Amino acid sequence: MVQEIMHPLSKYLREAMIPHIWCTGCGNGIILNCFVHAVDELEMDLDKLVVVSGIGCIGRSAGYTNADSFHTTHGRALAFATGVKLANPELNVVVISGDGDLFAIGGNHFIHAARRNMGIKVICANNFNYGMTGGQQGPTTPLEASTTTTPYGNIEHPFNLVHLAAASGATYVARWTTLHVRRLTQSIKRMLQKEGFCFIEVVSPCPEIFGRRNKMRTGLEMMDWFKRASVVENFSDPSKAEITPEKLVVGEFVNIEKVSYEKFLHEKISQINERKVGW
Amino acid sequence: MPERIRHAPLDMGKATFPKAKIQLIKDQCKGCGFCIRFCPQKVLEESQEINARGVHPPKIVDESKCLACGFCTAVCPDFAIFIIEKPSKEDVKNG
Repeated sequence: MVQEIMHPLSKYLREAMIPHIWCTGCGNGIILNCFVHAVDELEMDLDKLVVVSGIGCIGRSAGYTNADSFHTTHGRALAFATGVKLANPELNVVVISGDGDLFAIGGNHFIHAARRNMGIKVICANNFNYGMTGGQQGPTTPLEASTTTTPYGNIEHPFNLVHLAAASGATYVARWTTLHVRRLTQSIKRMLQKEGFCFIEVVSPCPEIFGRRNKMRTGLEMMDWFKRASVVENFSDPSKAEITPEKLVVGEFVNIEKVSYEKFLHEKISQINERKVGW
Repeated sequence: MPERIRHAPLDMGKATFPKAKIQLIKDQCKGCGFCIRFCPQKVLEESQEINARGVHPPKIVDESKCLACGFCTAVCPDFAIFIIEKPSKEDVKNG
């Protein structure tokens, strides 16, 4: 009998669930790969890691990682993660979700989790549309892009996710594409070691749903677009970080230190217990 | 290319390049072709065989060209390729 070859990272994945069901050329597998690489390089304790995901194609990543994980209802990944983090601040809570889940239905949860500086790490896979439900126009669809609900071109201005996160008060904001695997892994490592609210947007290819309506039929063509258009501009102004067919600004935008919500909360609880409340 | 790096490095003769063994898990491959396109040394190529998923997995053209950068491992969405770095001669000598 031929001995089966085992991937070195397979211990971080649930064996029964692999191979995953994402399409050929999809970037979600690369995001999962980079995340697992970062966890492996940091030698993190899997008992102290919680992966939460919302609804969407990338939502399945919670089921694929061999850590404690939860697949929440639509848009509520951050709400659930907030509860986990406050109940047990020792845990490393990572939210891996899509742009539709985090910014359309879960938009309010996102801006308020960022404002409170909750110690949650967010990885957002941005594929420019609602991929799982058939490619409807979403909050990140670029202007003039064609989707099933905008067949003559999109006329809505998209969200600039990194600007939104930076303006809401996130302590770490970065954007990479799935082609920047090394920098993305470095970025995830840096994020996992930080205290407050961290956000990484990963521009991900979606050839089957978004790409084929926008003249990029394969994952390779979408990756070629990332290669051609992406410009690394570290610590530049996130409001100018555009995503257009000609230019895709990537890089680390914000990296600051701020006291997190759960630290304040537990300090306050101990003050109340010692009856030192008030001015 | 800038003039100053057109010449080979001075310690070129002494430097040893890392070598790696490429491992393919062919039946997990979905044939996206990322590893073939983005390998900096062009070590891989699409093969003619058909795997359990009905796609053409990559095949190794020249493993001796591989410099163990590990980009294929990192960019594979399906966890179907990885490299095992071979110990260099100096490592073997030093035990």
